[in-house]
Amino acid sequence: MTVMSYRDAVRGAIREAMQSDPRVFLMGEDVGHYGGCYAVSKGLLEEFGPERIRDTPLSESGFTGAGIGAAMGGLRPIVEIMTCNFSLLALDQIMNNAATIRHMSGGQFNVPVVIRMATGGGRQLGAQHSHSLEGWYAHIPGIRVLAPGTVADAGGMLAPALDDPDPVLIFENALLYNDTADVDWPASVDIDHAAVRREGTDISLITYGGSLGKTLAAADQLAAEGISAEVLDLRVLRPLDEDAILATVARTRRCVIVDEGWQSGSISAEIMARIIEKGFWYLDAPLARVCSKEVPIPYAHHLEEAALPSITGIVEACRAVLGR
Amino acid sequence: MTQASPKVWLDRQHCRELLHQMIRIRRFEEKCAELYTQEKIRGFLHLYIGEEAVAVGVMQALLPEDAIVATYREHGHALVRGVPAGSIMAEMYGKQEGCSRGRGGSMHLFDAARRFYGGNAIVGGGMPVATGLALADAMMARKQVTACFFGEGAAAEGEFHESMNLAALWRLPVLFVCENNLYAMGTALELSESQTDISAKAAAYNMQAEAVDGMNVVEVEAAARRAVAAIRETGAPYFLECRTYRFRAHSMYDPQLYRDKAEVERWTGRGPIKRFTEWALEAGEIRQADIDEIEKLVAEEVAGAVAFAEAGTFEPVADLARDVGAERRP
Amino acid sequence: MPSLGSDMEAGILVEWMKQQGEKVSRGDIIAVVETDKGAIEVEVFEDGTLAELLVQPGEKVPVGTPLARITGPKDTASTERRHASAPAPTPAVPMPTVSSVQGAEAAIQPPTVTTLAEGSRATPAARLLASERGIDLALVKGTGPDGSIVRRDIEEAAPRAATVPDLEPMRRAIAAAMSRAKRDIPHYYLGHSFDVSQAVQWLDAYNAAHPPQERLLLGALTLKAVALALKDFPEFNGFYGPDGFVPASAIHIGTAIAMRGGGLAAPAIHNTDTLTLAELMERLRDLIGRVRKGGFRSSEISDPTITVSSLGDRGVDMLLPIIYPPQVAIIGFGSVAPRAWAIEDAVAVRPVLTATLAADHRASDGHRGALLLRRIGGLLDTPEDL
Repeated sequence: MTVMSYRDAVRGAIREAMQSDPRVFLMGEDVGHYGGCYAVSKGLLEEFGPERIRDTPLSESGFTGAGIGAAMGGLRPIVEIMTCNFSLLALDQIMNNAATIRHMSGGQFNVPVVIRMATGGGRQLGAQHSHSLEGWYAHIPGIRVLAPGTVADAGGMLAPALDDPDPVLIFENALLYNDTADVDWPASVDIDHAAVRREGTDISLITYGGSLGKTLAAADQLAAEGISAEVLDLRVLRPLDEDAILATVARTRRCVIVDEGWQSGSISAEIMARIIEKGFWYLDAPLARVCSKEVPIPYAHHLEEAALPSITGIVEACRAVLGR
Repeated sequence: MTQASPKVWLDRQHCRELLHQMIRIRRFEEKCAELYTQEKIRGFLHLYIGEEAVAVGVMQALLPEDAIVATYREHGHALVRGVPAGSIMAEMYGKQEGCSRGRGGSMHLFDAARRFYGGNAIVGGGMPVATGLALADAMMARKQVTACFFGEGAAAEGEFHESMNLAALWRLPVLFVCENNLYAMGTALELSESQTDISAKAAAYNMQAEAVDGMNVVEVEAAARRAVAAIRETGAPYFLECRTYRFRAHSMYDPQLYRDKAEVERWTGRGPIKRFTEWALEAGEIRQADIDEIEKLVAEEVAGAVAFAEAGTFEPVADLARDVGAERRP
Repeated sequence: MPSLGSDMEAGILVEWMKQQGEKVSRGDIIAVVETDKGAIEVEVFEDGTLAELLVQPGEKVPVGTPLARITGPKDTASTERRHASAPAPTPAVPMPTVSSVQGAEAAIQPPTVTTLAEGSRATPAARLLASERGIDLALVKGTGPDGSIVRRDIEEAAPRAATVPDLEPMRRAIAAAMSRAKRDIPHYYLGHSFDVSQAVQWLDAYNAAHPPQERLLLGALTLKAVALALKDFPEFNGFYGPDGFVPASAIHIGTAIAMRGGGLAAPAIHNTDTLTLAELMERLRDLIGRVRKGGFRSSEISDPTITVSSLGDRGVDMLLPIIYPPQVAIIGFGSVAPRAWAIEDAVAVRPVLTATLAADHRASDGHRGALLLRRIGGLLDTPEDL
């Protein structure tokens, strides 16, 4: 067991991938000389050189597309986009090329690229650096969307993502980079399944990424009130682990979904829809969810706190569902 | 590795080849237009007629190991690259014998065996991909060239500039081929660009750039051979602007409100097939009998392609979700 | 008319660029058509002679309509080729039909509906368990949020078989059909009263001569009169669908019959116009008996081409019925009652019946509706011919 931070885990995974496979390289804005805007790649330039720790111009579409092309050309690029808000500049490449080429070419070409980006609010960075757009990406067939919510997942998801013959997007909630945990290293995890992080009998809390910690904290509070909450960490937003979702709802018959994205047209809406479609008769209470308020995430601390899902909000939602 | 010659050798055989390829594109696409009106081909159909000299000229300079990224007006590029006419036609019929199993259609022809990385239907969208293919070649020290075709309309897209900059900055072996046909769909070049000299934009990225008469297949071929030789030697990108003209409408459903007939007639008068044929006949490089034989061969090939497409089969709907992702992952 | 885009449905021929009898060559522009996007030239894909122009300038024709006939150079005069304008031939390979790509069905079958008092709520899990255990939700007290019945409430309730007959689905079906009718169908209403003394006298005489089981009701006469009248008024007998009104090929009159305990059905008496009065009466008796017990066949419910509703035995003078979609008309009969009736300058007391017609204005007009009602009245004047 090794004590390490989420940041160290991502960096360690990149380093190991680059050591074990010469086709792997990292590129993105300020990944090299600056050390990564969240210091994830700090020290890697010295170790691997500028060819493989490749600083790019501020050209999200250009370098993301180049990553797609390089993947089609036989390499295993890790493209880092500073925050998911910036990924919108690369959305054409992700959506129209990475996600479509295999199907559009009748299976002749595939795009084994990994695109990592930071997501989420809570750092008073205002409305252009704080959003959670992973749910949007989960809308797109042809890509895999990962949301590591633990240190072990942060370290363990990269290797299977690089092994995936198809594009994989990894959303790292920026608030998690400093989290530390005692983990088995090298971490070995799968990128197909959700994980039950806490077992319970009265209500299921379904969440992922940056909201996992808040949800587990809420489950602690609920336990003190005599409510036994199960916490399911989705881990993979596309393809959704529908079996795990239905299984937890079948066990507890009640469900609250916690998602830092906005609720309209969101991944939380999708999860609710699947539960209604396939688990309707399990339900012993209406579904509920705790999402970000439908505003651009504001700067002021108290407003930002009010906009994001909170432990109190999760606890209250659970009480309401249980009629307590 | 074989090396394509940096010079054009215009012997009789090569003249025949150039003419044959241009006529293949012309007749194939005329048949496409006909089949479109009969509803055999659906979706968007963008014809290359008038611009044949560009694809035919540039392809002469490329080797089988080189890669091609093209646009949604790419039937000609695919044909000259060697994608079988039948599989292209079957693709447009939506049949599973098509070069993209019927998932792509006219705008998305793909052929892995010929390193044909598709018709891309987002203007400028193929340029970063071509840059990345060249990045892979550069990082793996492969002496290959990626030829990236796009129209002058792409010069207004950010991806054009981002790709130019990346390719020049990282010295990547990309041959950027701008097929400047003067209209981005229906918007004339001078209505969309402050600087209408497209090659000047590339030069601004510290890249070797030149503009050639895209209606002259020999001139295009000569320039392409120069460019590819330079890329293979230096590893750096090269920009070739081919000034050409689209004789047909942008797509089938286009009344061409944006240009007058006199302009179209001026350009068709100096069409690439017409000019080259006149020159080669006069120079004694080919004879009328050669042309007749080419037409006959092409007619047979086109008829064969249509028959192949007609006889093709539709993919079972049960396979709809196939190839969205890998069937097996490690 | 060539198809120039999948969103193009039709085009207007603007002008012919070639004249009839002129030779045309592959690539020639032979016509100009106006589309939603503007004028586009029509190209010909073969050599030949423009033998016949089939569409004139100014005409708008759908995609696929032949514009002209071109005879080829090798063709004899009797052969014709329509390549430039021929509609798309059937593909040699049939298009695969969409089969189910969707996978699993819901794991659990939905429960049968049990009754629930208005305003109270039960969760899906509670309903499912109640269904499995045969517990009537109306008898369960909810302890969940806002008094809703949750699964635990069912677990703690004593099992008890439901006994109340279930009329809800029928009520819902009637509600849906009648709401749809009132929402979608532009009804018009006509009423007409007539002296039925001829029919009543004839009926009395007939019934006096027959044993009770063979006696007729006036309802059989009115049904037969309606059926015979409809033969000349096909616009009231049929269905209104996506393609507009389609007349029915036979006359199957649906007869509205009230059910015991509530509810209503209007099963068909097939080929009403071909039955004798005796046969009609027998069918009517059979149907009433079966409907009251709920034993009618589904074809009898789906087949009516028009409906007749008689509320005479309930003592009302007239009714304004609602059409049962997709039918386009319903005829109502009130009770036969003695009324003061003007005959030329005198007033007499006569048995009078009021017939009303509710008809779909998309399929017919009031003028024809009036004639239909009068025809029915006329037919009842000569009951011996029914």
